[in-house]
Amino acid sequence: MLTILFDGIAYGMVLFVLACGLSVTMGLMNFVNLAHGAFAMLGGYVTVLLMQRLGLPFLASLPAAFLAAALAGIVLERLVYRPMYAKSHLDQVMFSIGLVFMAVAGTDWLLGSSQQIIQLPPWLQGRFYVFGVGIGYYRLFVIGICGLLAVTLQWGFAKTRFGSRLRAAVDDARVARGLGIPVNRLFALTFALGSGLAGLGGALGIELMGLDPTFPLKFMIYFLIVVTVGGTSTITGPFLAAMLLGVADVMGKYLVPQAGAFIIYTLMVILLLLRPEGLFARART
Amino acid sequence: MSGTALEQRVRHSLRRARRWHPAELAFWLFAAASFVLFPTRFLILNEIAILALFALSLDLILGYAGIVSLGHAAFLGMGAYSAGLFAKFVTADPLAGLAFGMATSALLGLLTSPLVLRGTDLTRLMITLGVALILYEVANSLSWLTGGADGLQGITMAPIFGTFDFDIFGRTAYLYSLSVLFILFLIARRIVNSPFCLSLRGIRDNQLRAAASGVPIPWRLAAIYALSAAYAGAAGALLAQTTQFVSLDVFDFHRSADLMLVLIIGGAGYLYGGLIGAIAFKFLQDAIATFTPQYWMFWIGLFLVLFVLGGRELIHGAIKALVARFPKRRASS
Repeated sequence: MLTILFDGIAYGMVLFVLACGLSVTMGLMNFVNLAHGAFAMLGGYVTVLLMQRLGLPFLASLPAAFLAAALAGIVLERLVYRPMYAKSHLDQVMFSIGLVFMAVAGTDWLLGSSQQIIQLPPWLQGRFYVFGVGIGYYRLFVIGICGLLAVTLQWGFAKTRFGSRLRAAVDDARVARGLGIPVNRLFALTFALGSGLAGLGGALGIELMGLDPTFPLKFMIYFLIVVTVGGTSTITGPFLAAMLLGVADVMGKYLVPQAGAFIIYTLMVILLLLRPEGLFARART
Repeated sequence: MSGTALEQRVRHSLRRARRWHPAELAFWLFAAASFVLFPTRFLILNEIAILALFALSLDLILGYAGIVSLGHAAFLGMGAYSAGLFAKFVTADPLAGLAFGMATSALLGLLTSPLVLRGTDLTRLMITLGVALILYEVANSLSWLTGGADGLQGITMAPIFGTFDFDIFGRTAYLYSLSVLFILFLIARRIVNSPFCLSLRGIRDNQLRAAASGVPIPWRLAAIYALSAAYAGAAGALLAQTTQFVSLDVFDFHRSADLMLVLIIGGAGYLYGGLIGAIAFKFLQDAIATFTPQYWMFWIGLFLVLFVLGGRELIHGAIKALVARFPKRRASS
């Protein structure tokens, strides 16, 4: 039982890293980016390719996954995302679904539709037992990294100059510009950071979630749940939502496997009904 | 005094909107002529008619009431499965099955309408998506009833009115779908030119103002949502009956996404948008699928991106120019 809980937490942690980038673009920049999963998939495939084709170690490929996705984020933000900022949510949804479809079919064409697997280094394999609770080394590693990221992000948004500038730019872009804050560059950087985190999450998640070309579609709903349920004004909201979702999903799959993904969808609908603005969000004006 | 004058003006303008534009007549004449013009393409024509009906249903809530939905496949699937099961276990009469499919979908729409009445567009997108996904999982896990991943097989249909048998060329199927589409279109046309729909547009444009002028917003939205669900259910029922097969695919996310694309191509809020979009979409799909069947998804994505980024105005401009060519004698009277 506690083992399941532990697995759920690890899963939730990866979800958090995957989704927190989206909570930045969607929450802070108010842009509905359903294509977020495509950046995650990119990170995952970069890891797979680096490890399989170039024989790079797992740890070395993680930063590469982050960088590749961040770079893709910068380029796409410049080229196609920026004109979309001013359009309606529906347009943004259609636009980003289009990107997802292209990413899914394009990856299928380039790399085939089969599930990708990676070989973890030996020290990350296996598990040990503490008071009867089975703890996988890899899951512990994931929890460590993601926990560290969560703390860093929270600190970054709350305490640094970058964070306060970003919050100012989001609250009132015009005034922020007037104060000499480079709003466009700030948004581009934030977008890149969010995409990079997605890429890193995708790389970390290969072992836990699997990786194939349908990844962006399959997990789109999970990211969206994390963001909409968690609210977007803080890092803690999505973090708690990701934990809740991860644990609920893993428990559901272990305990009532025939229900499939039914549990998390129902959870989302109920939570959204109770709190349409998200669990921890302040109301939008 | 001014109230009655206003009322008369509203009535007058509604009556004028109800009149048939020559372009509309031409459209339906062409649809009827398609029997003779494309005798070998009944199968795809049937698909177009069903997709058009499905798009019409989304247009009713999106174009007229401003409710966004990413999960309209929920109602398509509901209609398809209930019509399929109805044919299997109750009676093989197509019209009864169609009515049953519409009724169950309308009921589902009514039951889920409280979900879409709250929150922002974003919450609505998420909740409608969630409902469709839940139904997908339900249909998947009730495999003793729905056949699960194998689909619902063994549906046989009785002839329509006891005389018109479904043939393998899809001639009857197309006639049937097109007739249903036309009849439901007439009803939708009557509805969108009614005071009821005027109040919906009021809600769409400014909820606060509509509420202030005494429009019972939740009831109106629930009514149009259920109606739209019934239309989608009819599309699903037609799909089940004419293909004599239902699979989990009807609940799939790509159904809802394709539908959005159809409406985006055709334009929302004037009923013909869905119909024209469906025709364009199917021919596009057919054309692309012949040279790259596997990666159709890539092209659909590219079209979506380009449309939203700026191609939409071009297409709609072309359609408007086409419509404007027809003389507008009636409008001046």
